[in-house]
This record gives sequence, structure tokens and C-alpha cells, in this order.
Amino acid sequence: MWESFWFEFINFYFIPGLVLGCIYALGAIGITLTFGILRFANFAHGEIMMTSSYLTWEFVLVASSFGLILHPIIGAIPASICSIFLALIVDRFFYKPFRNSPTIMIVIASFGMMLIIRSLVQVIWGPNQITFVKGIAKPNQFIKDFTSNFDMMILIPNKHISILLGTIIIMLVFNYLLSSTKIGKGMRAVSDNPNLAEVSGINVENIVKATWVVGGFCAAAAGVFLALDTQFIESTMGFRMLLPMFAAAILGGIGRPFGAVAGGLIIGLAEELSAYPWLGNGPVISPGYKSGVAFSIMVLMLIFRPSGLFRGKVF
Amino acid sequence: MNFDTILSINKLVAGYGETEILHKISISVNKNEIVSIIGPNGAGKSTILKAILGTLNIKSGEIFLKKTKINGVKPSDVVKKGVGYVPQTDNVFVSLSVHENLEMGAWTIENNLNDKFEELYNLFPDLKDKKKQLAGQLSGGQRQMLAMAKALILDAKVLLLDEPTAGLSPKYRLEIFDTIQRINKSGLPILMVEQNAKQALQISHRGYVLVDGSNRYTGTGAELSSDPEVARMFLGSRG
Repeated sequence: MWESFWFEFINFYFIPGLVLGCIYALGAIGITLTFGILRFANFAHGEIMMTSSYLTWEFVLVASSFGLILHPIIGAIPASICSIFLALIVDRFFYKPFRNSPTIMIVIASFGMMLIIRSLVQVIWGPNQITFVKGIAKPNQFIKDFTSNFDMMILIPNKHISILLGTIIIMLVFNYLLSSTKIGKGMRAVSDNPNLAEVSGINVENIVKATWVVGGFCAAAAGVFLALDTQFIESTMGFRMLLPMFAAAILGGIGRPFGAVAGGLIIGLAEELSAYPWLGNGPVISPGYKSGVAFSIMVLMLIFRPSGLFRGKVF
Repeated sequence: MNFDTILSINKLVAGYGETEILHKISISVNKNEIVSIIGPNGAGKSTILKAILGTLNIKSGEIFLKKTKINGVKPSDVVKKGVGYVPQTDNVFVSLSVHENLEMGAWTIENNLNDKFEELYNLFPDLKDKKKQLAGQLSGGQRQMLAMAKALILDAKVLLLDEPTAGLSPKYRLEIFDTIQRINKSGLPILMVEQNAKQALQISHRGYVLVDGSNRYTGTGAELSSDPEVARMFLGSRG
């Protein structure tokens, strides 16, 4: 029974879906925080993701030129710091001047930033794909042997273990930040009601900066995890992730960070599981149309439950 | 300015954008007083509170908190200087717990506030059992109490209340007015905008009647309540 159904379902659909869901979840956190606190859809968020993966690759490359072999996750640490600064600089010089303007102006500004950042990356690193990690990702032998003892065979490569564990750690820290620290509670308060936050004495501008720090870090993690998963980087990778990340944020409820996590996991799993041959031998939906699943979920949520699963904001 | 004056507004002209709502309004709140602002809808009552908070354009006039001019000061700094404010609606963070709401009220304070929290839970016993409950799950009256408790954390010099009984049942309305009096007896002056004019004037030391953004009548709560003109125009069908 395991071999006929679960082997294929778990190893080739469920685990990849979970991994993709983790990447969407991390990306969607930044989108939902920005949307919740600054009230606009930041189209440049995917480019922060993409830039962080290029920076990680560059740090690993520079280290190797000094004879130092760095795991991409170690290279991601300085890259994420750079991404946070990039997010803060973009906000200070391109978004802040539009803070009190009609929302459409800041949305267009973010669209412009998306194109500017992507063009800069293309100028610096070229427009072609770059191999991020070489070689074939083999399944982790220990997990394979261990699960074989229970009449199963879980085939999960180390890169997926890194992504799942990395996401869990980031989520735990994120949960602690939002539920137990003053700045995290302030972020939730500003997201809930910015006007009330201001007349309660909360320094909203500091909260905005904290939002970019958290959003920038999560975007950096998502970008590096995506590059680890696909093993290559290219300048359009962030843009391709934008739609499912927005879908995840809307599904979870705008301004609800934990909703974004749930939304990301659901969208990732839905995309992968939609290609499973539920009805006969062929996939229900051709894998080429996977992104249509995210789009469909987003449209259905906007029509039937615009506040999302976790009752977020409706604009 | 009177030595006991805590908040004073002198000839204030203010509004939204180019639209002028308040025309040379003058209001003062003295030590230990409850002062009510009443008047018809659109008279500019809530606009006065927003002007004090610094959330709208002030064209001319002055606002003093004790001897400090607070015109043009950021809302978060006005609060830091000692102005507690309870908005009419959306006055609690619905996705935060009751206790987290109080913590947000104390944002500018670094000290340990456990004693202060206890004091507030004693003042508002309804909230004590609901510390961990989301504010969005509270009833209208409980939300209003939480909003007041949140505004009291900072040891405000004056408390501004924007229609504290709007939309509440008669039972909660009485409870809120009772709570306002208890807060005031602890020594905190209160400036209150209220639609339930009759009840508001009953508990107020002084009151102002506003019409079309201008001062129309001023007097003690008792004087205004017994003024036939005020009673006919503003107290008849309300309260």
C-alpha cells in the first residue's frame, strides 16, 4: 500500500509542496506586514527576495576565492543584513515621501522600484541564469534508512531539510517577536489600527522601520531558500513568486502574519497537490498551470471571503 | 490663564484641509473638573479633540497644556506630554488581548508597570477576568472601559473622551458615567464630547454648547441643564 500510493504522494508531491509553502509563507509575511501597516501592495518585495539570493551567491563566491567554503545559509547571513538595508533605503527615499499621498501613488512607486532593482541586478550580475548550488540533491540517507524501518521510505534531500528547519526556526523567533516583545506587539497594534496607535503614543515611524527589518529578513530567507530549492538564480525569480505570495497573504488575511504563514503553506501544498493524478493516471492539472491554482484561490477568496481565513483587513 | 487651568484653547480656528470647521473656539478645563462639550451633529465637537491631539490643521489660535503650548506637536508627543485620549470608535486594538492593549497604552514608559496595571484592573473589575481575551471579543461597554483604562496608564494630566457612551445600552451608559465620575474624583480633569447631553451635563462641572463650530452657550452643568433655550434645542429628545 505504501509503495503504491504514499511513496509517490509523500515524496513527490507533499514534501515539495510543504517546501514551496515554506518559501511562500516567508515571502508572504513581509507582504502582509507591509500591507497591514503601510496599507499598500509592495510589488518590489519579490525583488528583495531575488537580490538576497544573488548577494548570498556573491558572498559564497568571494569566500571561496579566499579558500573558504561557505554553506549558502551562512552566506545568507550577510546577504540578509544587506537586504534589510535595501528595504530600509527603499522605504526612506522612495516610499516615505508618498506616505500621506493616495495609495495608488505608492503602489506605482513600488512597481517602479521592482523594475529598478531588477535592472540593477541584471546590470551587475547579467540577465542569464546562474547556478546557485551545483550537483544533484540526493535524499538524506539517515532519514531514508530510519523510515525504512517503519515500512516507509521518505526521500528528502538535505536542501529540503534545511529549508523546513530554517523556516520552523524563523517562525518560532517570529512568533516570539510578535507575541512577547514590545516591538512585536507594537507592530500588531499599528497593523490593527494605525490612527489609534499614534494617539496611544506609539512611535509609528519606528514600527514602520521594524516592519521593514522583519519583512526584509523574511524576504531574504525566502529568496535564499528558493535558490536552494531550485539550485539556480535568475533576475525574474522574485517576480514569479509575487502572485502566489500575494495569494498567501490574502488567503491568510491581510495584516495577519500567522495567517500569511498558513496561507503560504496552503498555497504551496495546493499547487503541488493539484498536479497529483487524483483521477486516474494523468495529473489533475498540468504542472505548467500550477500558478493558476494560486491565482484561482486568490480570486475566490477575494470574492467569497475577502477578509481571509484569519479575518484580516478588507480594502 | 487661570493658575488652575490644565487645558486651555484660545480662539482656535481649525479644520480638515482647506475646510474650516472650528471658528475661534475657546474652551478651558480646570483642575479636578469634568467639562462637557455638547451640540448638534456636525457642530465640530469631535474636531476639537482631534485639534488638541494634533491630528488636523490648526490655522490660528493656541492650545496650552498647563503652560506648554501644544499646537503643531505630533500626536504621539501630545500623548507623552500628558493628554489621554479615548476615541469614539475603533478605540481598542481588536486583535490584541486586553492586557496587551494596556501595554500599548504604556508604550512610552520603560518602568515596570505591574502596580499600575493592578490599580487599573481594580478600577475596571470587568477587565480583570478577561486579561487574556482578545479586545475584539469584548462587549461595547467593556471595550469602552478598556479604552479608558488604556488612556489612564500614562498618568495623564487631562483625559479627552469622545462620545464615551455612544451606542451603549442604558445600563452600560450609567456605568460609564459612573466610571467617569470615579476617575475624576481621583483628581484627573476630563474633557468630554457627548451626545447624551442631559446625562453628561448632570455629571459635569461646566459645559460648552457648540453650534456650527462656534461657542454658543457656556455655563456650569446645572446652569446649562436649566437654561430653557439649551433644554429646548439640545436636551429635549436626547439623554
